[in-house]
Parts: sequence; structure tokens; C-alpha cells
Amino acid sequence: MNDQQLAVDMRGITKQFPGVLANNHVDFSVRQGEIHALVGENGAGKSTLMNILYGLIPPDSGEIHINGKHVHIGGPRDAIALGIGMVHQHFMLIPVFSVGENIMLGREPATGPDFYDHARARAAINELTKRYGLALNADARMGDLPVGLQQRAEIVKVLYRGANILILDEPTGVLTPQETKELFVVLRDLVKSGKTIVFISHKLKEVLEISDRITVMRRGKVVGHLTTRQTNEEEIATLMVGREVLLRVDKKPAKPGAVVMQVENISASTDRGVPALKGVSFELRQGEILGIAGIEGNGQSEMMEVLAGTRPVTGGRVLLGSRDITTYDARTERDAGVAFIPEDRRGTGLVLSFSIAENSILGRERSPKFSWHEFVLRLVAIREWARRLVKEFDVRTPSIDVAARNLSGGNQQKVIVAREMGSKPKVLLAAQPTRGVDIGAIEFIHRRIVQERDEGTAVLLVSAELDEVRSLSDRIAVMYEGRIVSIEPPDAPEERLGLLMTGGGQAREGAA
Amino acid sequence: MSGLEDIFRLLFTANLWQATLAAAVLLLLPALGGVISERSGVVNIAMEGMMLTGAFFAVVADLAWHNAWLATGVAVLAGALMATIHAVVSIQFRADQIVSGIAINIFAAGLTVFLANRIYGLQDVGHVGPTEGLPNIDVGGLDQIPFFGKVLFQQNVVVYMALVLLVLVHVVLFRTRLGLRIRAVGEHPQAADTAGINVYLFRYSAVITSGLLSGLAGAFLAIGVSNTFVPNMTDGRGYIALAAMIFGKWTPLGAFIACLIFGLGQAIYDNNSVIHVSPYLLSMLPYILTLVVLAGLVGRATPPAADGLPYVPGSE
Repeated sequence: MNDQQLAVDMRGITKQFPGVLANNHVDFSVRQGEIHALVGENGAGKSTLMNILYGLIPPDSGEIHINGKHVHIGGPRDAIALGIGMVHQHFMLIPVFSVGENIMLGREPATGPDFYDHARARAAINELTKRYGLALNADARMGDLPVGLQQRAEIVKVLYRGANILILDEPTGVLTPQETKELFVVLRDLVKSGKTIVFISHKLKEVLEISDRITVMRRGKVVGHLTTRQTNEEEIATLMVGREVLLRVDKKPAKPGAVVMQVENISASTDRGVPALKGVSFELRQGEILGIAGIEGNGQSEMMEVLAGTRPVTGGRVLLGSRDITTYDARTERDAGVAFIPEDRRGTGLVLSFSIAENSILGRERSPKFSWHEFVLRLVAIREWARRLVKEFDVRTPSIDVAARNLSGGNQQKVIVAREMGSKPKVLLAAQPTRGVDIGAIEFIHRRIVQERDEGTAVLLVSAELDEVRSLSDRIAVMYEGRIVSIEPPDAPEERLGLLMTGGGQAREGAA
Repeated sequence: MSGLEDIFRLLFTANLWQATLAAAVLLLLPALGGVISERSGVVNIAMEGMMLTGAFFAVVADLAWHNAWLATGVAVLAGALMATIHAVVSIQFRADQIVSGIAINIFAAGLTVFLANRIYGLQDVGHVGPTEGLPNIDVGGLDQIPFFGKVLFQQNVVVYMALVLLVLVHVVLFRTRLGLRIRAVGEHPQAADTAGINVYLFRYSAVITSGLLSGLAGAFLAIGVSNTFVPNMTDGRGYIALAAMIFGKWTPLGAFIACLIFGLGQAIYDNNSVIHVSPYLLSMLPYILTLVVLAGLVGRATPPAADGLPYVPGSE
């Protein structure tokens, strides 16, 4: 292949951060007109590499060639001038600005001395959206749009800047399955009209579906160049993790026992006072995993908070065994045997500045095991406990005195999982237990959740990843707009679940 | 009840409203500076110190050169210099912007007293002759309109400048590309940076502009209103301007309305000889109003999303 065909050719890129060699002599090339997937675990160096390409970070050494020409990219301005555009994982959008202002930002049309020209902005956007078939209202307030449309605005923004090479960083992480499908249609259209796309992801199914070629990174190095048609999930996962990974959850059929938790017609509101739960009922049995499928924002978070005792109900009741625990707060819930893995591990799950040892007893510091008379901490017992958890749950850390902040996302999550499972709960509430966690840690956490079930715990699982819900659950409850619209068997087809999640489909019998 | 009646009667005098507008402008200039600075994402509570520095150097320069305009220029630069310190500390070194602001206010108070002692050997710097002060200008013809003529067209030159600046800042912030970019930098610096906008340049410029405006307010106070320098003569006006900015929800026009309300309080307070309400009670008024605003009783005030957050390139 000659250089003329390469849209991007990065050679020997090295970037050292304090304590981490983020990119170690990375070679990365993308052909013109292809969709090239860049995969790797968190911290593998994908984002660093792309931030270098986009000029956000200067490399320590290495060369970049764009369309065959050796270039220096000193900042995003240079990248934009070279036709490189980036759609960031965390959208670079300003919620209080209009869609038009967001798209125009940095290249606004002006009239008179310096006045923002609304008419020309609107015309430019309409021209773009028509050409690429991306419907978008330029005058809407960005913050009012659903995530899928916000992402579309990001793409239009990049196109408006004349990008021919589009970098998409984890674009599907925030999308519903339906939105993901729509995005893929858009991407294929873009390639047809001559654009080149770099697709960063760790969702292997999607990578296999959308890409032409794949570059795999691990610990700052490129460990594989693959052609999508000639590879499979297992091969990519093995390269990413550096060992063989079990992608399927290995579990025996559940042996559900007695009903442990009974949720009867509960309702609750969001922080803003908008109704979030509109009469949710279900039963949770010993030794089963009940998975909640649904697009985020349909009441799952509020439901978990109600059950964990951190959000008041506005109606209905919750029984644990025969005890009414509806009005219990977080502390009494814990004492009653309800453990909670919250969805926001950094905000709710851990005190980041506390050590692993301190975090390992959060919420249980009053138990006689860890303190005398609920007052003076038993430090030796706590340290021994923390050491045991770290070992048992394979938390990778130099010591139990390391602040939680300094652990990787996967290890932080393991600390929470260890703490919650370590309390031997009757009910385990797991909200997004593997969000933003590496494949290796996902595999481990999944295995532990199944193990917990096999030991008789009742597990309630909420996940935005439909695959995760389907592979772990013994029953699947689909939530939509604050209600459970159907309870499905674990082998229910993905299409059916997707339909139910978006308010379509017929509920099965037995659903509340 | 006689106190309230006195105030009521006072409200119908043109003198009161003339004084209100002048007092409001003293607050408006630093408030506009605050709006610009915070819209760009840098919390600025240093208007008090920048204004005080401006006031001092206005008097120094006026005594040296007997030229009010030159003195105003020096005051504006002095304010800008203090703002530059705040900018370097909070933008470049990413220090806590509240702490930096407090430090500048204390530093300015100390510096001006120290220099006043060193240069003049006095607490009271001495009076600037009226001819060397910033002039009052009566707009020919218009000043003869009953009531409004006196309120609007018999004012100090700085009052007219401030009103022009008010319109200018409003138009720039909300109608121009420049303003869109300033606001973008204050809402989401990462987004602005990736759109090719130089976040640091915009933030530096915005903070320094707040110093220019506060310095101008200092000059107005020292050689327009009082014709002398007295230690701590700003008397908390920079903080009230801050409250006006919040009261006005980070908009120039809203801040102006707040300044008028606070200015009215000040004017009534200054007229306390003709009324019979405790001046101490009156002087609390702006602060009580500010607390009411902060408690969200007059609609929620939402600051720019990235206000007070240092920008680290490449971070998310």
C-alpha cells in the first residue's frame, strides 16, 4: 500500500505521563474511506493517542502524516485545518446554547462589526443536515435534546468544520440500541460520501459490526492490527486483555427459593419533583438474579435508591421478608440485610480520599466487628478485613492504605463489590456494577454476582448494557417510563426487549 | 411612622434620584467587570481591591500631574494590574479563585495605606482641587427637562461613560461572536478549546477587563465624587457590586437594575440627616437583599457552568 491511501499515519508515537508510559512507540494508520476501530481497555492509551492526533496533547516523540503529508499538530486549530474532527465521549456541547450556536462555535458567521449571524448559521446547518440526512433543529436548546440528537449535533459540528477524518470516542456508550443503529446508518453514509472514520470502542460486537479494520492497544502499545472480516470477539478480547477471557457468563440454572423482597406498587419522584416511579411491583426470590432492562432515565436509578433507603417513596410499600422496610433509611436498610452497589462509584460508592481499608467498612463502621461500642474503631480488625477483601476480590493495589482515588476504575469497583458482598446480605442491589470497567474486571464481577446468587442471595441488577442484563439475569423486568412493562425470560430475543424498552411490544402475563 | 413618611417624601425629589444614579454607577462598573470575568469562568471577588487600588492611584496621579484624565488612565491601569495578578494566580496556577480574590482585597487595602504613608506621610492623602477632578457635565438643553433633566443629564462624565459601557457590554456578550466565545469559555472550556478557541487568552482578557472597569470606578470615587483618598474608601462597594452581579443573574442589565436598587439604598442612607430611620438599618439593606437573592427567593440564579473551575487542557 502506498502512502497516498493513508488518511492518518502515526509513527512511533510516544507519550510519557508521570508514572505512566501512555503511548509506547505506537504506529497507527487509517486508510482513506474506511471505518477503523481502535480498541483497548481503559488506560490502554487509545484516548491519549487520539488526543495527540487532535492536538490536545503534544507527543514526546513520533511523526504524524495526514494524507501522505508530514504535519505538525500544535493544537485543535491545526487538526481542524487538516480536516480532522473529533466527537468526544463526553460531549463538547454547551447545554444553555442553541444547537446552532454549538455547531458554529469557533467559526461563527458574522455580520456588521462582529454580530452573530443567525440567518447564515441556520442556512449553513440546514445545508449540512440535508446533505447527510441528519435531521436537526438549529434553534432548539441543546440541553433539551435527547442524547442521540446531541451526538448528531456533535457530528454536524465536526462536519461543519470541514472534517474528512472523524474520530469518534466511545460514541455508543450513551446511546440506546435504537440510537446505535441510527448512528451506524449515519456512519456508513458518511463513508460513502468519502469520509474516513476512527471508531474508538470497547464493545466488541459493535466493532465487528461497523469497522473495516481494527487496531488493538494494551498498556500503551499496539498489540494487533486486524482485518474485521477475518477475526472474532474472542481473538480481540484476548489481545486486549493479554490472556484468554471468558466473554459468556458461565452459570448453572437458578434455584429460586422463598420470596425475600416484595415491592408493592411503589412510586417516587426525581430530585426535581417529577414522578419517576409510577407504581412498580415485583418479587425478588432467594437465589435468583432479577435484571432490570431499560433505557437510562426510566426510573431505574430512583428505584434502586428507594430500595437502598436513600430516596423516599410517595406511595406503595417494600417488604423484606415480612418486615415493612418502606421508610427505612440507608443505615437501617443495611442492618436489615440489604447491600447496595451504587451506579456512581466515585460519587456515592467510595470516599475517594479515604484509603481502601477505610472504604472497605463504609456503612458498617458501627458493627461490633469494627468498633467498640459504635465509637472507637478497631483498626487492627479493619485492616485484617481489608486485606482479606483485597485478596479475595483481586483488587490490584500496592497496599490497603492507598487512597481509593488512586485506583483504576475497575479496582475501585472491586472494592465496592467486595464491601457489599462481604456483608453477607440477603438482598444485593447492583446498579451498573460494571460500568466503565475493563473486560477482565467485568468477567470477575460477573462471576462473583453469580456466585452470590448460588449462595442464596437475592440479586437485583440494573444495567444500561442489555447484553449484561441478558447474560446474568434469571428473569428480566423491562422498565419504561417509571413502570415495569413486562417480565421476560432470560432468553427473550434482543429485538423484543429493545421494543419493550422503547414503549412498544406486548407485555407478557404476570407483568405488573 | 414618621421615618417612612420622610423616605416617602424623599422619593419625590430629583436630588435623591440624581444621587441614586451616581451611586449605582459606582457599583455598576465593577459589577460589569464581574459579569465579564465570571461569564468567562473566573470567579472574581477582587473588585473591591481593584477599585481601591484605582482610587488611590487616581489621587496620586492627579496630585502629580493635575490632569484628571491622565489620573483616570493611571487608575484604570492600576486596576488592570491587580486583575492581572488574580488572572495569573487563578488561570495559570489554578489556585482557588475565592482565596485569590480575598488575598487581593486584603493586599490592596494594605498596599494603599502603606503607600499613602510612605508618599505623603499621612493617613489622609490630601484634597485634589475641584478643577483637577473628573468634571460634571450638564447636557445642554436636556438638563432643563423637569425632574429627569437633573436625574439623567446633570451627572459626572463617568456616569455617561458607564451607561454607554452597560449597553456595550450587553451587546457584546449576547449579540456578537466575541460574546458567544466568552460565554462558551465560561460554560464549557473543553468545548471551546476543541472548537479552536484560546481559553486562556479569553479568560485573561476578561479578568483584566474587570480590572479596567473597577479601576475606572475607583477613579470616579476618588477624583469624581470625593476628591480625596481615604483608607478603605471603597467601603465594601466591590462586594455590593458582586451581589448586584449575582442579583442580576450574571447579566449586565440585571446587574444594573440591582445597582439601582442598591444605589437607592445608598442615596437614602446619605440623606439620613433629613429622615428619621437608623442609618445602620439602612446600610444593611443591600446585604439583606443580597441574602434574599442568594437564598433563591427571587428566582434561581444559575452561574456559568464552569465558573470558578480552572481549565486544564486535555482534561474531561
